[in-house]
Amino acid sequence: MDAIPAAQTAKHDAPDVGELFTGFFILGLTGFGGVLPLARHMMVEKRGWLTGAEFTDLLGLCQFLPGGNIINMSVAVGLKFRGIPGAFASILGLIAVPTAVVIGLGVIYGRFADDPVVRHLFGGLAAAAAGLLISTAIKIAWPLRRDVLGLVIGALCVLAIAVFRLPLLPTLLTLAPLSIFLRSRQAS
Amino acid sequence: MTATLVTLALIFAELSLLAFGGGNTILPEMQRQVVDIHHWMTAQEFGALFALAQAAPGPNMMVVPLVGWHVAGFPGVLVTSLAKFGPSSLVTGFALRLWERFKDRPWRRTVQAGLVPVTAGLVTASAIVITHASASSWGTILIAAMVAIATTKTRIHPLLALAAGAVLGLTGIGQP
Repeated sequence: MDAIPAAQTAKHDAPDVGELFTGFFILGLTGFGGVLPLARHMMVEKRGWLTGAEFTDLLGLCQFLPGGNIINMSVAVGLKFRGIPGAFASILGLIAVPTAVVIGLGVIYGRFADDPVVRHLFGGLAAAAAGLLISTAIKIAWPLRRDVLGLVIGALCVLAIAVFRLPLLPTLLTLAPLSIFLRSRQAS
Repeated sequence: MTATLVTLALIFAELSLLAFGGGNTILPEMQRQVVDIHHWMTAQEFGALFALAQAAPGPNMMVVPLVGWHVAGFPGVLVTSLAKFGPSSLVTGFALRLWERFKDRPWRRTVQAGLVPVTAGLVTASAIVITHASASSWGTILIAAMVAIATTKTRIHPLLALAAGAVLGLTGIGQP
């Protein structure tokens, strides 16, 4: 897969493979908690790779596809400017530092997991991470609070996955088409 | 060892293609596979790995290489990362080509609207499964509840909330 013709992006400074790597490398290094606002700042405001509209459009595509938004975004931006080498440079740049950091933390955890102080520390950290996830779930579900159809579909997902611990594949293959079908009926 | 790596590759390649709505939607399935089916770790250990990944910089799917490392060392990191990020990246590559063509079609909006409640339900399920594993004593339940309320009601930085949870945890209050 080669890069999309440069005409679409001619007005920008098209990054080369090295710039793609360093841009996403710095993003991976600095993006604590949420990379998305930083990603926009880096690609649109600081480096001028994309216009704001192009960024929003690409983000829309990446949210629509399986995988993490920002991971998909790095692949899409890399491909757009420099084809397959660009995609590799972008995603590797993005995950290099975070991978090294988590493995470092994992080594520390593995070595000291039996120490009561370390166990308590990680107990608190894990509980806080769970709290963050609860907050994320509330923020995503809140806009649906008056949407009966949405609430029913969401509740069925929770029942299937969290209560009955059903496998994800059949759950998704049943509920996603059902939800899309009911939406299309609702729209017409 | 090879059999373990092949199993890891298959699990994470499937998760890669099922992760509609981002990484948080596949946590329960990841936990089901590595804890309930393959017994590579306990639910508490999975919760701890998830927490470590949240405390690290970068995209929120860094629990993937960490699970690989825990199960099979550095080959595990390589296999899980490739399997998790490869297939979805290929899909992104092909979709980028089709995107311009379907951009303004009404069915795209319908599909997107249909996926929103599924994503919301899956992230809620993730929150339930992870909280069940990580908040088992009254001390940790209190920390989880405080962080959930603080990060929902205020604009506190997530990393700060994690640090506060770790410090509270360090005191050992309410933990066995």
